[in-house]
Amino acid sequence: MLPPDPIPTERADGTTMDIIITGLVLGGTYALIAMGLNLQYGMARIMNLANGEILVVGAFAAFWFYTAAQVSPLLTMFLVAPLAFVLNWLVYRIMLLPLVRRAKSAGQLEVDSILVTFGLSFVAVGLMLALFGGDYFSYSYLARPVRIAGETYGLNRMVAFAGAVVIGAVLYLWLERSRAGRAIRAIAVDPKSARLVGINVPKMSALAFALGGTITAVGGALISTYLTLDASSGVIFTLKALVIVIMGGVGDLRGTIVAALLLGLLETFVAAYIDPGLTLAAAYLLFVLILLFRPQGLFGRKA
Amino acid sequence: MRMDRAEITKLVWAVIAIAVAATLPWVASSYYLTIGVTIAMFTVLATSWAIFSGPTHYISLATAAFYGVGTYTTGILIEVMPYWSILIIAGLIGAVGAALVGLATLRLSGVYFVIFTLGLAEFVRQVLTWVQNLTGQKGIYVLTSITEADIYWQLLALAALVWLAGWLIGRSRLGFALRIIGDDEEVARHSGINTALAKVMLFMLPGAAAAITGAILAPRFVYIEPAIAFSPMLSFQVVIMALLGGTGRLWGPLVGVIPFTFLWEAISSSFPNQTTLMLGIGFLLIVYLLPRGFVGLIHDIRHRSAGGKLAEA
Repeated sequence: MLPPDPIPTERADGTTMDIIITGLVLGGTYALIAMGLNLQYGMARIMNLANGEILVVGAFAAFWFYTAAQVSPLLTMFLVAPLAFVLNWLVYRIMLLPLVRRAKSAGQLEVDSILVTFGLSFVAVGLMLALFGGDYFSYSYLARPVRIAGETYGLNRMVAFAGAVVIGAVLYLWLERSRAGRAIRAIAVDPKSARLVGINVPKMSALAFALGGTITAVGGALISTYLTLDASSGVIFTLKALVIVIMGGVGDLRGTIVAALLLGLLETFVAAYIDPGLTLAAAYLLFVLILLFRPQGLFGRKA
Repeated sequence: MRMDRAEITKLVWAVIAIAVAATLPWVASSYYLTIGVTIAMFTVLATSWAIFSGPTHYISLATAAFYGVGTYTTGILIEVMPYWSILIIAGLIGAVGAALVGLATLRLSGVYFVIFTLGLAEFVRQVLTWVQNLTGQKGIYVLTSITEADIYWQLLALAALVWLAGWLIGRSRLGFALRIIGDDEEVARHSGINTALAKVMLFMLPGAAAAITGAILAPRFVYIEPAIAFSPMLSFQVVIMALLGGTGRLWGPLVGVIPFTFLWEAISSSFPNQTTLMLGIGFLLIVYLLPRGFVGLIHDIRHRSAGGKLAEA
């Protein structure tokens, strides 16, 4: 059995409007989870199955600082970000780049990176279990109600949603406008040609990978304010992030955000009208439909 | 069917080895018989996994799903049908299920397949739990007079069948097509091989084998519920064992299953919380140090010593 789905959806039982708002807010959470993975898989071309563990580590850091020293997670974020950047950069340079170099084909790299990142994910879970035990952790931060359209919502969720909007907007502008962002989009389209126009592909891939890990860890710190997690929760996030990235189109940030919102809405509807125990099943069914009818994703280019 | 002398010798040795393994319940203590059942179980699962994943390079994490479906097949049918027919039905369900999964995913790149199979066990578990909640049923009791030794012999026979199937596939047109696909899928497609169909057909073997394994082991659980029958850890254990042994030869996974089972036993009895860490380290070791498993290592050592002799002469 996978660990229980840590993302609760049970609250939307009211009006359709309520379900839509709850779904969109949940979609914001999913966007936080999936944007980082899109950078890692779409741009740096590493299928990082340890992505969910990065998120849990970010969440755990926020929890630890808050319970030990009452440091706000919104501040911890700025400490988590550079650490996550360095850690992910090192993982790419030390563990993944040798695999990129030795791979004879894209398929070979795919298999190797799947196995290595599964390995890293298990090692991370094992270390967290050994160091901190297997207990669930959660804390109360900004758990005040806010009223929107006659219904109440948790302020912490709204803050996380705002965080997702800000991160998404900044990342989008950076990818569209800056020189480094354009270089990263170029390697997402075609690493071989990118080299020919003078882009340092290993360096840019490392940057995209590290940046992806940073966004995921910051997302973890943000959503830790309202989710209850434990050391082994990561795999659920990885699974959902993968579904979102593929649904939106690999390497397409807009697609990821739209897909995240769609998944949030779908799960909230399923939880409200069918059964809250079926949210992962619903995500999975959506994934099957995408694979069958639009494997390149909603916004993806035809392969 | 034509066979040369070397192949007949190998076949005779294989039959002798299986016959020797079959004597285990008479000579071993109940503890070692339990380990024997575990080894036989993982031999079936890892060997059938490698028959598919070796040539295609697709990493399947669907083992737990098919295994769980097999367990439930026994649980539901044990009161109404003769035991032997249940194993056949489980095999058919596993094969058909694998074909459906394959049709949805095997046209696409390996990443999609990994994600799909990773979620499959959880998907089936959630749906089963939901159905159970609707019907108000909790779990199923499987009460039989089947002993541990019976289970061991059944698994051993199933392992023999899987080896036989792998050997026959290796000699068939399908096996030839798969070797080309494994070398270069583009070339295979251009030479007129229906690569998706070949992969789907091959994937039915581990699907059926895992479902039958689950069906055989169901009496051991006595009480079945979704959380027990669908354990994703099983899928990962199978991947590690098969890759550790090596997928290049039919006997490769067995070479990984035996040491890993003993190591797993040792670790889970003295450090029960560290099995996850061990799995992780196992994956990393395989990729960086043993990319072709023990089979590759043995091949290299032999090759090197043979090369050394030539150089001396």
